[in-house]
Amino acid sequence: MTEALRVEDVHKRFGDLEVLRGIDLTVAEHEVVCLIGASGSGKSTLLRCLNLLEPVDAGRIWIHGQEVTAPQVDQNAIRRQVGIVFQSFNLFPHMTVLRNVSLAPQRVLKQPAGTAEANARELLGRFGLDDKADEYPDRLSGGQQQRVAIARALAMEPDVMLLDEVTSALDPVLVAEVLDVIRELAEQGMTMVIATHEMGFARDVAHRVAFLNEGEIVEEGPPGRIFTDPEQEETRRFLDRIIAAGRM
Amino acid sequence: MQAEPSGGPPIGSTRSRVFHASGMKQEGARGVAIAMVSTLLIVVLVVVFVTRSAYWPDFKEAFFNRQIFLDSLPGILAKFRRNVVYFCIAEVFVLIFALMLAIMRSLRGPVFFPIRAMAIVYTDVFRGIPTILVIYLLGFGMPALAIPGIPRSATFWAIVGLILSYSAYVAEVYRAGIESVHPSQVSAARSLGLTRGQSMRHVVVPQAVRRVVPPLMNDFVALQKDTALVAIVAALPEAFRQGQIDKAATFNFTPIVAVALVFLLITIPMTRFTDYLVERERRKRQAGSTV
Repeated sequence: MTEALRVEDVHKRFGDLEVLRGIDLTVAEHEVVCLIGASGSGKSTLLRCLNLLEPVDAGRIWIHGQEVTAPQVDQNAIRRQVGIVFQSFNLFPHMTVLRNVSLAPQRVLKQPAGTAEANARELLGRFGLDDKADEYPDRLSGGQQQRVAIARALAMEPDVMLLDEVTSALDPVLVAEVLDVIRELAEQGMTMVIATHEMGFARDVAHRVAFLNEGEIVEEGPPGRIFTDPEQEETRRFLDRIIAAGRM
Repeated sequence: MQAEPSGGPPIGSTRSRVFHASGMKQEGARGVAIAMVSTLLIVVLVVVFVTRSAYWPDFKEAFFNRQIFLDSLPGILAKFRRNVVYFCIAEVFVLIFALMLAIMRSLRGPVFFPIRAMAIVYTDVFRGIPTILVIYLLGFGMPALAIPGIPRSATFWAIVGLILSYSAYVAEVYRAGIESVHPSQVSAARSLGLTRGQSMRHVVVPQAVRRVVPPLMNDFVALQKDTALVAIVAALPEAFRQGQIDKAATFNFTPIVAVALVFLLITIPMTRFTDYLVERERRKRQAGSTV
């Protein structure tokens, strides 16, 4: 098993609030890990730390054996290897869909415009968005926008994809089309860390599930065990609440 | 953010906006009729009151002399071309220089402190000094120095004064625009490996500039008006200076009134256009926030 990502004792605080209190996590290549837990448990912050969008206060992170929390590391180079997709899409509203996807490959990877656009069209085609390439994001449904955001991250050919509650801002009817895309990525062997509230999806797609509570990983293991027979009391209570809310 | 094609009524004309502002929109045709009658009544009352005044003939003679107006208007219109040229030159430089200032001011990190501080001091100083003083100082002062290689045209320095002064205002407008772009846009750009500078150039600034077009237009209406300040130093007469020359020749203020009308000819359409842009921007935002 080749290690894709390793997190050791990562701490992060915002002012007085300690959001991550010593996270340890290892993700193997081609592995899909789902982070579950209540809002505010630190899932999003952990993903943002992995992408270096937030500097960690303590602890270390390695991506493919390279320590990315080391001083003097080229953050832009790291971000090229790690794609992130946000809950609120964050597409660039002033650019066409095609430009959203081809901008970074062109500016960062220095691909010629023709190559970048051809790749972008191919990715969009894969996600059923062929006819949307020349539209602006605000003409698209939420599900379409989120698929564009996934395509935009994939266009950089990352080694690891981080998905931050990518279906939480979507109408229930649009959730499936986005989950299908992610499922397809998992089948193709993309290494992914996915923060999600979609427990059914997590059970299907994850190799491993980690339950976060108040900035700590309380419990992790294969989805079959976590969802049916959790060892920790907090995990049990969280899953009971999810079931009571009808989300599983 | 699924924007429906806007199905609302077309952008209101000035008239409908006035009625709307005064709460008459709902009252329909009857409201319009009442408005017309009462407006007519008040206009007639004011006209009768003013023209019955004992001083009206003197006033009319000093400001609204028909013959003097017709005599001076062509010359003023011809010279007004200079005001438009000054405006066009100044506008281009203001747009570029102000954007540089705004970007300098939005640089983050301790390394850039001196640059940030320079931009802040600049905007504070030039926003705080009356434009007329800047033009006076440069327009009379610089040519008087007679430094070789430095232009000696007072007009040149007056336009430089306008650029320096207006860049400070416009930089603040740009800065507001830059700050209005949500941080998540920068997160998205940086997460793709774009550098800070690339994120600024491709993601933040294009969105900021689009948003500040209406307030920028406001400043440009003001800039067009303030080209009249060049008159205090310039040897070449522009519209206001020409008006002063005609006034001195006729001992009558009508030429100056003519200058005012010529300015209105261009500033009122600019203002209306700005209102239209503001309204359009407001609608767009509303459409965006309903999703």
